[in-house]
Amino acid sequence: MNNYDTIIIGGGHNGLVCGTYLAKNGDKVLVLEASDELGGLAATREFAPGFKASVAHTLFHFSDKVAKDLKLASHGFDINTRPMANVSLNANGEHVILDGWGSSSKLSGVSEKDAEKYREYQQLLKRFADVLKPFWLKTMPRIGSSSFKENLTFAHLGIKMRMLGRKDMGEFMRVATLPARDLMDENFDSEQLKALLSWDGLIGSKMAPRSPNATILALLYRMSGIHEGAHSLPTGGIKNLIKALQGSATASGVEIKTSAMVNKITIQADENGLKTNGVELDSGEIFTATRVVSAIDPQRTFLDLVGVQNLEIDFVHRIKRLRCDGYVAKLHLALSDLPKFVGLDIPDGRMVIADELDAIEFAFDDAKYGEASKKPVMEIVIPSLSDPSLAPSGQHVLSAHVMYVPYKHKDGWTEKAKTQLYERVIDAIERHVPDIREKIIHGEILTPFDLDKNYHVNGGHWHHTEMSMSQMLMMRPTYEAAQYSTPIPGLYLCGAGSHPGGGLMGGPGHNAAKEIMKEKS
Amino acid sequence: MKSNSDMTAAYIDEQLKETHFHPRSSKFNVRNAWGVWNGFKFADYYYDVDFEYFCVRNSCGTYDICPMQKYYITGADAEAMLNRMVTRDISKLKVGRVTYLCWCTDEGRMIDDGTVFKLGPNSYMLTSGSPCIAWFKKGAFGYADVKVTDMSDNIAAMAFQGPTTCEVLKKMGLDGIETLNPFNFRHFPLNGDSDKKLMVSRTGFTGDLGYELWIAPEYALELWDALYQAGENYNIHPYGELATGMVRLEAGFILPGLEFNEALKTVRFEHDQTPFQLNLGWLVDFKKPHFNGRKALLKEKEHGPEYTLVKLDIDGNKCAEGSYLYNNEKLKKHIGYITSTMWSPVVKANIALAMVETKYLKGEIWAEIYYSKEMRPHLKVAKCILRTKPFWAPARTRAKPPLPF
Repeated sequence: MNNYDTIIIGGGHNGLVCGTYLAKNGDKVLVLEASDELGGLAATREFAPGFKASVAHTLFHFSDKVAKDLKLASHGFDINTRPMANVSLNANGEHVILDGWGSSSKLSGVSEKDAEKYREYQQLLKRFADVLKPFWLKTMPRIGSSSFKENLTFAHLGIKMRMLGRKDMGEFMRVATLPARDLMDENFDSEQLKALLSWDGLIGSKMAPRSPNATILALLYRMSGIHEGAHSLPTGGIKNLIKALQGSATASGVEIKTSAMVNKITIQADENGLKTNGVELDSGEIFTATRVVSAIDPQRTFLDLVGVQNLEIDFVHRIKRLRCDGYVAKLHLALSDLPKFVGLDIPDGRMVIADELDAIEFAFDDAKYGEASKKPVMEIVIPSLSDPSLAPSGQHVLSAHVMYVPYKHKDGWTEKAKTQLYERVIDAIERHVPDIREKIIHGEILTPFDLDKNYHVNGGHWHHTEMSMSQMLMMRPTYEAAQYSTPIPGLYLCGAGSHPGGGLMGGPGHNAAKEIMKEKS
Repeated sequence: MKSNSDMTAAYIDEQLKETHFHPRSSKFNVRNAWGVWNGFKFADYYYDVDFEYFCVRNSCGTYDICPMQKYYITGADAEAMLNRMVTRDISKLKVGRVTYLCWCTDEGRMIDDGTVFKLGPNSYMLTSGSPCIAWFKKGAFGYADVKVTDMSDNIAAMAFQGPTTCEVLKKMGLDGIETLNPFNFRHFPLNGDSDKKLMVSRTGFTGDLGYELWIAPEYALELWDALYQAGENYNIHPYGELATGMVRLEAGFILPGLEFNEALKTVRFEHDQTPFQLNLGWLVDFKKPHFNGRKALLKEKEHGPEYTLVKLDIDGNKCAEGSYLYNNEKLKKHIGYITSTMWSPVVKANIALAMVETKYLKGEIWAEIYYSKEMRPHLKVAKCILRTKPFWAPARTRAKPPLPF
């Protein structure tokens, strides 16, 4: 009775996406979610009486293919919601505002030269993003593979790049791993604009504007959505996406159990080697299955649920040293009234507090030595403006991603350290919203340490493992597990720790399902 | 330009260390023939290689194995940790027993070989020729209760090998030593003092009757003196690295740097070896559901190893040092190479270990031997015969009890 074709560990969006594809393909699927709510970091929960919020607070590259395949529209999710404006806040109200996306976007608050330059910059990045777009929804080839089919993906990427033309191709190679600082300085004068445009490449990672690595690639990854990376809040909020995914899953026959914490991936061991045959919950309940697909992070999957005794030594070593420490904290404020931002009529955009690129850099400097930033930078959204159900009538929720807040505080995350961080964040907001303090009914700040505990994700990292060059594409999370299958037969990965990576996109869930179906056929 | 004293300072830490037996063994090293093993001053030979060789084969000799690496693996998870790391199944090893084993990378390439002693229910001693602490610590990660302790400098160890060894140990007062069977170990009081615990294992690297003696460093010299006193009339002498190289080749034992290249020190792709290539397939237990390198080794077993280490009996008496091997007398097709070779005095044969491409093992094997007579080079093409058994494996090695002398 407790036997399934596929058990998915983790009812986040990737787990649901993967499970639904497999159920549509005829599998008997069970999704097990540890908390009482589906959605993982996108789950909407009540943080104060009558006030709700989700850690992930906007959408920017949810896959239109996944939305279409899983008929999410018929389950109430509208991927086409108009994006919100990006606002770089200035304490004097001299904001830089980027509204819309692509060639129709409007940029205000900068010089004519910067505005013109932005057109060129935007078009160049769009061309680069288009080169990469097909590969986010493809399984990456194995390193050293002699399979013609696998190597075709490399060839395809090569052709795509060549088709950019000599100049663009050279520029692509140059720009791909460039620090954000260099790219911004080459193009723009306005510090506010530089900070605003770098923001999406940096957030979620342990990287600052001066870090060379995958900042630009992360930007291009985020530009794979239909709005070219512009953020939106769907009708009904993030919770509507999760609801739609749940609806689609249930309609496809996926069985879902919440409050079902998996304790162990059970391994059948005999002279034919190892093979997974199900999972055990912390209640002791056992579910058996032909295959287990883990949507949770690779470190938890391998080190905690599989156990090192079932893996090889160097493989374990690679999993152990994955960069997994989160650097973004989440602030939720329950407000008695709509806050008044200096120089903004309605705060319905995505508001970034980082008035120069160095504000981000200096915030990072504190965090890399294990302290929360003295002057934190952040992005703010008032989700209750588009989804009134998140707060009692007339009242509002403020949701902010705060950088940089290390998972490991050098003195530990004591109550005192957390209070200090909270005060610093409110101080920073107060400069732009002078009346914020009097409107706060309740506030909570979730450090990456809290996210780890509350959402069962190692390091409290949004992307399960950092989106850095060494952990991307055919190296995500590490070789031997980068094609969704793992060293344990029957065990697969489908979470943000797999290619293409994190963010509410559905790529890993989609790709893993395709890979499993390929193996089945 | 750096001054002389600067240069000396830069290398001061690389000065060779002296083993716990050095105050005694150095007196015998009359020719100052010191080599190096793991940073220790280590005798290549003491007086004469051939003399030392015959001591081991005809009477008895001591071989200082202090530089050998020794590790304690302890804790409730020690067995699980070891069993996942090594290719053999050690779950059936009893307390007081020793076994030979090897450990491999994820790719199934051999890192090192050694012996494991089961000291207690949750306590093992693992020995290896080269330092392996980093690998063992990596292998211990993730186990709740296992501790890896490097005991290399904290145990004085000496191999005592040859047909008269049991007799000498009896003379030394080790009551019941004759009942110690091969691959067993036991503790004895040194000089009747139960505080001076001497661990004796019936193990060795000579293919002959012999023991290995393990004791706390502070009693090392007392052990040496007691042993040399008891062995006075049994022709006891120290033997060095060169004599060891001879006796181990007769026994068919492998050495790093000759038969195999330690995988973690190998730079070039697959210039290291698998246990199957080294003819150590018997160390790989596929009944065990999981161990490091299992998948790769299973594949290798199914495909067959590209090379296989074999024992050769070579025509004539010319030493085939570094020789290439061919599949016919015309030396057209190169099929392998000699790894170690010698004229064996006890077997009276020109013997060798060699790596040969497995697919050519069924055909003829010829060695291209270059040798010189008073500086004039000569070439000899000699036929090689495959041997499957060790060249030297006398019944006395395994005799229970060993014969008296």
